[in-house]
Amino acid sequence: MVNSVKGYEYLEHTADVMFRAYGDSPGEMLGSAALAMFNAMIDTGTVRPQSTWKVELRAESLEQLAYDWLSELLFLMDSEVVVFSEFQVDLKQDGEIWRLEGLARGEGIDRSRHPFENQVKAVTLHQFRVEGGADGWMMQAILDV
Amino acid sequence: MLNKVEDNVYEVPQGYQKGMRVPGRIFISDDLLDMVEPGTIEQVANVATLPGIVKYSMAMPDAHLGYGFPIGGVAAFREEGGVISPGGVGFDINCGVRLLRSELDVGTVRPLISDLIETLFREIPSGVGATSRLHVSDRELTDAFLGGSGWAVEQGFGTRKDVEHCEEQGCLKGADPAQVSLKARKRGRPQFGTLGSGNHFLEIQRVSEIYDSEAAKRFGLFLGQVTVMIHCGSRGAGHQICTDHLGVLSGAVRKYGIELPDKQLACAPIGTPEAKNYFGAMACAANYAWANRQIISHWTREVFGKLLGEGEMPLVYDVAHNVAKVEEHQVDGKRERLYVHRKGATRSFGPSRPEVPASYSGIGQPLLIPGSMGTPSYVLCGQDRALELTFGSACHGSGRIMSRTQAKKTFRGTDIKKALQDEGIKVVATEPAILAEEAPGVYKPSRQVVDVVHNLGIARKVAQLVPLGVSKG
Repeated sequence: MVNSVKGYEYLEHTADVMFRAYGDSPGEMLGSAALAMFNAMIDTGTVRPQSTWKVELRAESLEQLAYDWLSELLFLMDSEVVVFSEFQVDLKQDGEIWRLEGLARGEGIDRSRHPFENQVKAVTLHQFRVEGGADGWMMQAILDV
Repeated sequence: MLNKVEDNVYEVPQGYQKGMRVPGRIFISDDLLDMVEPGTIEQVANVATLPGIVKYSMAMPDAHLGYGFPIGGVAAFREEGGVISPGGVGFDINCGVRLLRSELDVGTVRPLISDLIETLFREIPSGVGATSRLHVSDRELTDAFLGGSGWAVEQGFGTRKDVEHCEEQGCLKGADPAQVSLKARKRGRPQFGTLGSGNHFLEIQRVSEIYDSEAAKRFGLFLGQVTVMIHCGSRGAGHQICTDHLGVLSGAVRKYGIELPDKQLACAPIGTPEAKNYFGAMACAANYAWANRQIISHWTREVFGKLLGEGEMPLVYDVAHNVAKVEEHQVDGKRERLYVHRKGATRSFGPSRPEVPASYSGIGQPLLIPGSMGTPSYVLCGQDRALELTFGSACHGSGRIMSRTQAKKTFRGTDIKKALQDEGIKVVATEPAILAEEAPGVYKPSRQVVDVVHNLGIARKVAQLVPLGVSKG
């Protein structure tokens, strides 16, 4: 599986991690955002994408879905003691409802191979936003570390 | 834009931002104010727009940019017409600090410091992906949510005396495990009895200065004494509880027609089901954190017992610095029940408050203010003046001034470790990069922060503690 990623960048923030993630489509943007979040914790190059976790979500807005997607990945990380390095996101809009089918690939945390620099506790809603249109998509988030 | 009211007190005028219901107050020195980002002042102003806020939206001298409330933020809300907000508590609910004291002198401990800190690092799981030695059942997790420190003591992790020396006796009333999701349980279970990562630590210290000999004596502190400070919180359980309820409260904001300048300030009017449910879940996380620190204390005592024959290590005190609580305060000459939010701020109750433990009566509750890895920590005692100025609150730490990315560009973990080693401080961490992110230079000088609260008379300096050995996640 190839990362469906357009890219991301980190912005200066005193205490936490702030990033912007981009994509040609909302799905691509959410893949970039997940990678930004995990690369804030660890060099994801050290994570072997050998197992796949499936995430299915629905929400009343793309912004809510973006928040839920990142939060769900943090939940999986803690509850299953795993770390991810590749993501693929498919989105469908069904009237007012957005549906997400996402794949996260990674492996169980092995502290002898995984040099974590910190851990994201949660995704904050402070200055959280999603913007987009014909020219592409962008989301911004601040992560509590 | 800020008005200086008196030394160490600045006012954010009500006209600073649209919708402010009260002015802001920042308790800070001129020097420290220069280090505060404009975004922090904006966050103080944002909090001032929340319904039912009493007197001022406040920030302590360690204030820095957060999300929702600033870090170092304090606000109290009326039961009638006020709100409760997870933005005023944070994701790491009841992140806090406790201090254990030994009867050992630094001279006895120093030769063993490497062995001691490495054993503690091994015995007390820390860092990302660390799982606990403890395996609790669902029923036991529920009991911990309800019982906090007391539950841990009943399980054999400590003594009844420990419970008396915790803020709220280590148990926030009103915990409602039914409001804790299955997800929060799943995140919290494997991490119960772990230290965590980031700025969380376990530190062996020595008492390097006594400022108030009477209070120090009552707290059981003496010059050259070895102490252990533990800083950690409610781990994934708290993070998930906050995440879950933030979603519910975002809906409540629309339902109750509350206008917010920041989505992280999502809240609900006190008394509504959404507010009650959040409070019940938050209290579970707070109690989980108290139990967690209790369990870690027990394991610390075991290591000290094994290596130094010093297994008792009484608890000086345990403070919560991310929490919302119901407290009685005097407002305009009347006693009122308020919902006091402290986000990166410590309760500072003086001798007049009944919450001060009997063993410290006449002195005030201890406040535990950690420095960074290379800078001193402080023990203070609460003062009644804090009730007039800050709803009985003071600072919680030094306060960050440099971002993590900048820290990693500026410092190298291996250099930091060496520099600390040269100062006689033994540091163990899962990764060197963590040491760069938490380097002493990324924080405000702890002494300056503590001097502000001391000079304001909202807390009084009792003792200074310097690190001998540090275990970082």
